[in-house]
Amino acid sequence: MQKFDTLRSKLIPLPHNNIDTDQIIPARYLKVTDKSGLAEGLFTDWRYEDDGSPKEDFVLNDDRYQEANILLAGDNFGCGSSREHAPWALVGWGVQAVVSTSFADIFKSNALKNGLLPVVVDEETHQSLFDLTEEAPDAEVHIDLGAQEMTLPDGSTVEFPVDAFAKSCLLAGVDQLGYIQSFDEHITSYEQERAIFG
Amino acid sequence: MTQARTLFEKVWDQHVIVQEKASPAVLYIDLHLIHEVTSPQAFTGLRQRGLKVRRPDRTVATMDHSTPTTPLSVPMLDTQAASQLSMLEENCQEFGIELHKLGSKKQGIVHVIGPEMGLVQPGMTIVCGDSHTATHGAFGTLAFGIGTSEVEHVLATQSLLQHKPKTYEVRIDGQLARGVSAKDIILALLSKIGVHGGTGHVFEYTGSAIRGLSMEERMTVCNMSIEGGARAGMVAPDETTYEYLAGREFAPQGDEWDQAVARWKDLPTDEGATYDNSVTLDTSDLAPMITYGTNPGLGMQVTERIPDPDKLPNVNERQALEKALNYMALKPGQPLLDHPVDVVFIGSCTNSRISDLRLAAGLIKDRKVAEGVRMLVVPGSQSVKRQAEAEGLDEVFKNAGAEWREAGCSMCIAMNGDQLEPGQYAVSTSNRNFEGRQGKGGRTFLASPLTAAATAINGRITDARSMLQ
Repeated sequence: MQKFDTLRSKLIPLPHNNIDTDQIIPARYLKVTDKSGLAEGLFTDWRYEDDGSPKEDFVLNDDRYQEANILLAGDNFGCGSSREHAPWALVGWGVQAVVSTSFADIFKSNALKNGLLPVVVDEETHQSLFDLTEEAPDAEVHIDLGAQEMTLPDGSTVEFPVDAFAKSCLLAGVDQLGYIQSFDEHITSYEQERAIFG
Repeated sequence: MTQARTLFEKVWDQHVIVQEKASPAVLYIDLHLIHEVTSPQAFTGLRQRGLKVRRPDRTVATMDHSTPTTPLSVPMLDTQAASQLSMLEENCQEFGIELHKLGSKKQGIVHVIGPEMGLVQPGMTIVCGDSHTATHGAFGTLAFGIGTSEVEHVLATQSLLQHKPKTYEVRIDGQLARGVSAKDIILALLSKIGVHGGTGHVFEYTGSAIRGLSMEERMTVCNMSIEGGARAGMVAPDETTYEYLAGREFAPQGDEWDQAVARWKDLPTDEGATYDNSVTLDTSDLAPMITYGTNPGLGMQVTERIPDPDKLPNVNERQALEKALNYMALKPGQPLLDHPVDVVFIGSCTNSRISDLRLAAGLIKDRKVAEGVRMLVVPGSQSVKRQAEAEGLDEVFKNAGAEWREAGCSMCIAMNGDQLEPGQYAVSTSNRNFEGRQGKGGRTFLASPLTAAATAINGRITDARSMLQ
């Protein structure tokens, strides 16, 4: 898994609530058997006209944000399906953190397993960040996962919560399977006891 | 005296193998269902690490999402989907997993075949790389959708890391009026709590209305828990559950059955147990529901008018509704009754079981699908299909002018050839009305099988109660 410690970037504003995983990547892109190439499908129906040309008014087509890595999205980001293709597509495009007031459970779990940081902020901060993207679209914020802090252009900081276990995995760039495997003996004895009781 | 616990807490406690401080629990998984779309990368991961599937005997595979619903004799033109299917077959062969592939007798939608084979039993933990795994909670199981990384974890260890979710009682009391069904209950709940009312929680559906539902109806309700943000939704097992399970292929038999039932009877929530959150719904005045927007929480009674965004207090909600109505090409204040539709879809893991098909066929019998309307009826499994054909339901649908298909996810997910054209309107018994969900540019109204059938006949959105004798 991609390691995550700090990140400095502009915020890509996508001010819609309840952005579902079918928007992040439509099901017709799920016929792949590996994780690569999904960036092409990211927000594809919002990003491209029917003839395949880029929609000029869609934020990911704005030259300003081609190198940006932080998506600023509306409430309840990532609702809907369990497809891990959603974080794969975001990461494939270059998104490394998503800032919102809330995330759907499965999306959040999937994101954290792919080096994609969900940053939860309160409504007031959320609105001020959208204001910032209008007033100073080139301004950058700095995310420090170790400190669980986001520094805004004016120097002020905002704390954000991260599950301690997921945080240590992200900082080290290790996935969670090794941790489960370390309990192999426990799993075996659990299975044996369950077999006795049926 | 032990502390009073909820159904969820009992199942959770029974499956925690290890709980270290400040870490998620290591949770044992009793049954792992897999399908072709969310498993290939997990098997690749296993191979890269040189791992085996720990419990192939607790893993069951089917093909459903990217499969065409045309007969097997029709060549499969989508080479990408075909390669995904053959990869599942190779993976199952190599790792020793039972696969119900296309053309086999037990193939079908993963959330339809698990219960019908009796694999799903009260008190179990069940996962699948699909968010509608919540369906199986109807049996008093803890069942939830997982991502592909987690599919790999479960394949390798039969365990999963999970933080304990909060509990949420969804109490649904009252009688159901004629023409009103389980689908209307869940759509009404979603319109009340919204699409993230249940985030971080596991629903437990309680109350007299839930007790009165059949297992198939309970599955319809639990199926859409995820549309309210809850990863799982559960119903405590009772006589209805045992009656459904008894005699099914993988259900315990003889003495083992009696012992199992005795264990299952300990599962219901103890008196005095408390939930972190709760909501109540009375079904007595419930009418058929339909969605008008682009998430399942944007629903109303079929006789109501579309709400006006300007009357919403919250600016975000106002903008969201405006965007949804813009996509749907609908106006505030407009009724949906008599709105023309192009397609009617009866199917999906929400409403493709035999009772759903019986309801729809009962209304369609001796009637015709309106001219210009395409009606697609897709049974949830080969077993449902055979049963329907034995009852002559296929003839009812075909005589009316509907298409009778092979089992699969079909137009619910539009990755298999069954899809809407841009701009088309559909009444669909599936679970998601997201933009483009049923095909790019397609517009979905979610509703019950009865509403769908009535709409197919009139070619316009119809209150099915007006057509019931």
